[in-house]
Amino acid sequence: MTFLHNIWHNEKSREIIIQIFVLLCIGWFLSWLISNVDANFKALGKDISFEFLFIPAGYDINQYLIDYNNRDSHLRAGIVGLLNTGLVAVFGIILATILGVTLGIIRLSKNWLASRIAYWYIEFTRNVPILLHILLWHGIIINTLPHSKNAINIADISFLSNRGFYIPKPLTENGIELVYLLLVIGIIFSVLFFKHAKKKQDLTGLQLPVFWINLSVIISLPVIGFFVSGLPISLEIPVLKGFNFKGGMHMSPELAALTFALGIYTAAFIAEIVRAGILAVDKGQREAAESIGLKPSKVMKLVILPQARRVIIPPLTSQYLNLTKNSSLAIAIGYMDLVATLGGISLNQTGREMETMVIVMLIYLSVSLSISAFMNWYNNKVKLVGR
Amino acid sequence: MVKNKNQLSKPVIEIKEMHKWFGNFHVLKNISLGVNQGDRIVICGPSGSGKSTLIRCINRLEVHQKGDIIVNGTELTGDLKNLEAIRSDVGMVFQSFNLFPHLTVLENCTLAPIWVKGLPKKEANELAMELLTRVKIPEQALKFPGQLSGGQQQRVAIARSLCMQPKIMLFDEPTSALDPEMIKEVLDTMIELAETGMTMLVVTHEMGFAKKVADSVIFMDEGEIIEQNDPKNFFNNPKNERTKLFLSQILNH
Amino acid sequence: MSSEIYKPGSYPNLPPPPGTVGVYGWIKNNLFSSISNSTLTIISVVLIYYLIDGIIGWFFFDAVFDANSKIECRKINDGACWAVITRRVGQFVYGFYPEVERWRIDISFLTMFIAFAPLLYPDLPKRKWLLWFSGIYPFFAFILINGGYFGLTKIEYSLFGGFMLTVIIGVTGIVCSLPIGIFLALGRQSKLTVVRTLSVCFIEFMRGVPLITLLFVASSMLNYFMPPGTNFSILVRVIIMFTFFSAAYIAEVIRGGIQAIPKGQYEAADALGMNYWQTTRFITLPQALKISIPGIMNTFIGLYKDTTLVVVIGLLDPLGIGRAALADTKWNGLSTETYLFVALFFFVSCFAMSRYSLWLENKLNTDHK
Repeated sequence: MTFLHNIWHNEKSREIIIQIFVLLCIGWFLSWLISNVDANFKALGKDISFEFLFIPAGYDINQYLIDYNNRDSHLRAGIVGLLNTGLVAVFGIILATILGVTLGIIRLSKNWLASRIAYWYIEFTRNVPILLHILLWHGIIINTLPHSKNAINIADISFLSNRGFYIPKPLTENGIELVYLLLVIGIIFSVLFFKHAKKKQDLTGLQLPVFWINLSVIISLPVIGFFVSGLPISLEIPVLKGFNFKGGMHMSPELAALTFALGIYTAAFIAEIVRAGILAVDKGQREAAESIGLKPSKVMKLVILPQARRVIIPPLTSQYLNLTKNSSLAIAIGYMDLVATLGGISLNQTGREMETMVIVMLIYLSVSLSISAFMNWYNNKVKLVGR
Repeated sequence: MVKNKNQLSKPVIEIKEMHKWFGNFHVLKNISLGVNQGDRIVICGPSGSGKSTLIRCINRLEVHQKGDIIVNGTELTGDLKNLEAIRSDVGMVFQSFNLFPHLTVLENCTLAPIWVKGLPKKEANELAMELLTRVKIPEQALKFPGQLSGGQQQRVAIARSLCMQPKIMLFDEPTSALDPEMIKEVLDTMIELAETGMTMLVVTHEMGFAKKVADSVIFMDEGEIIEQNDPKNFFNNPKNERTKLFLSQILNH
Repeated sequence: MSSEIYKPGSYPNLPPPPGTVGVYGWIKNNLFSSISNSTLTIISVVLIYYLIDGIIGWFFFDAVFDANSKIECRKINDGACWAVITRRVGQFVYGFYPEVERWRIDISFLTMFIAFAPLLYPDLPKRKWLLWFSGIYPFFAFILINGGYFGLTKIEYSLFGGFMLTVIIGVTGIVCSLPIGIFLALGRQSKLTVVRTLSVCFIEFMRGVPLITLLFVASSMLNYFMPPGTNFSILVRVIIMFTFFSAAYIAEVIRGGIQAIPKGQYEAADALGMNYWQTTRFITLPQALKISIPGIMNTFIGLYKDTTLVVVIGLLDPLGIGRAALADTKWNGLSTETYLFVALFFFVSCFAMSRYSLWLENKLNTDHK
């Protein structure tokens, strides 16, 4: 008895006992789950195997980045879905960031009217569920835009209808190499010029308008090359054939609705993050910077933004992750992302619920964990040095 | 402390019948003040008397609604074109130091010389090191503000302002946020600065500093200048009842 | 510039110059202080005018509130055709709950506010009595809504739908996830490696996968993990998933609250001889929960919005009802009206919740001064 008594009251051994107990419980629970699965599967004649990935999928996908037809494997369908997820995530993140940062800045404006408009816009957007945004925009695009026959015509080369947005596809011809070359030269020049300007400022104090010079070079060099090579880019213009447009590049209503909804919704949260980040910088910092004579633009660039960045980046990456996860709602409007292909049609056709869901969840989990790792690394890197 | 009486007395700050309101609250009433080059003026008074607001109006961190403020010959008005140029000539030291935590001590000091005055980096660094040596902490140059003690941080703040080579230095309760053992090092720095002939306006409760260094002591209460006198007469023969009351409160504890 | 001479210390408090305060001054400073500011004001005013003109017109003045079909609507007027909603209000609110029994839902809903009141408003008079009611409310509401006891007819869960379904899933999920979340947060901070690792794995998993995949698991796979023959209603499975999902996010919020507690608190508790559970119950949790309230409210509002996802696995929440309505050829194409109506419901309830959260935060911050 005393032996047990001693073990229990010794802190270290008590901890070990508790942990062993917990492990045993978890182990028992897991084995119970597994035995249930086993029994259920046997009764239904199912098994676990990933071979379904290699049999032909048998369904079409209407928006794809790599070539795909319905004779390709489920694996390929899944990859197309994954790329589609990436596509809508990238578009959505870009839209959300631009819109969100702008909104955040307007929210901070001294102009009461503009600030209030931004406030109400953000409140309306945030308090409506994302799925509702997606369905609303999809409905608007499908129901308000005209049929292909009466498509909205933009300069005879672009068309907007309820089947989507059609723009000309640029085809490159001979001579395009010069344009590419000049673009690369422009970029190299910008990098070198940036470094040179910095050195020059260190040496002489002279400040050059680096941003504008770089921008003009990167734009003008390829444009000059374009004209010199005899305009080596032609446009494949979409043409109405029957009920649909053929040729050109196509953005489906689903992709458009999803991008729009995700962008607008996430922008509302990003706006608040940006606003909170800038407000988090102590008022005294701005006062000190102004009293040593810095102009407002320099105060922002050198003092406020570097400090606000630290506070903004972690929740910002969180929102990017949320946007990517929210893109899984694509299935509600028929956009074929990862969940809709593997976890949707593939699952229904092959009946392999376990396998497909495991794959889908593992993919999202790895994206999520890498973003978390990045955030930890970033936080450690920019930590303010204290005693 | 003997001041060079042969210095040409040029007015560097002129305040004429200045009033300021915060909303409906009349915070500064009919302030008239003249500061000549080389003057060392100490402003004291109970909290809420408007002393900080007054010196913040001088570098336009606060805006006055009535009256005139003329700094270094330029009048501060609503549509000021070159506010930054005026502020470069007026240095300010804050109660909470307000050092930039993401920059090293050296970078804190060289930031304005490089980006406002356009100094080459080498010159800016030399200037900063010279001033950091003057405030006696050159060895901290590459550390970050968070690694320094309060007294060291305030001295860096003084050096940072001096790097712009201002004609006037404003001090807003520079030692109020410091632990007692660090007040002396900052006050010593300010005394040395005064001995170089710098025009200084100091809001403080440190009466020892006032007695040692000030040319003139101002007592403010409820937004008005109640009394202004040289230190000897101010402390020994205060004329106004309120001044006497205030002095009895702070000198006897 | 002749001003009267006053003795020092007797200057009167004058009013500020005209044009600097009051309405005129405020307008000048906030809206027209500079050229860029003024342009912004003008653009904003124009924007507001166009918005209101267009939207109010479509929403009210040109709208049709009752008709038999979309075509009929368009004959009457060309604004919003709200008939698609008004003809089905019952469905949108109660789903397919039998009409004669709807009073049970009404009572449960109204008493829910009474049950929550003492929890949400710490200063309520007669709070102790009300708390008793809050304690029995879950059983009370369950019996009322579910039926099968005291002579009430049992209603199948498959008939649940509409806003009632949203509230049921949301409230149940929220209430159940809080205690689980607290345990997870404590587990994550635990010294015991096994406990900590398990908590971390659970939390990171729940936070890393999209909710829709968890709902798919609930609808298609959860049954496999149960002994053969068990049959949980899909509603129960969904509520379980929501609870676990929400608990993981709550755990992270509370963890932030726990980490914000100064170390001196633990040292004081140790010095007083308190053990882990006493410290947790009297020192850690009260403070951590108070700090975490804004984060917890945010998570709740998020969960409430996420209940809309159940439409994807076939449950008839308001979006499901809306979709069913749109599938009817009579109302085809009225997606904007349908979804805007549901959006309005969510906006009002979520906005109210976030206002409450702000109020609570303010109150707790000023209470303890």
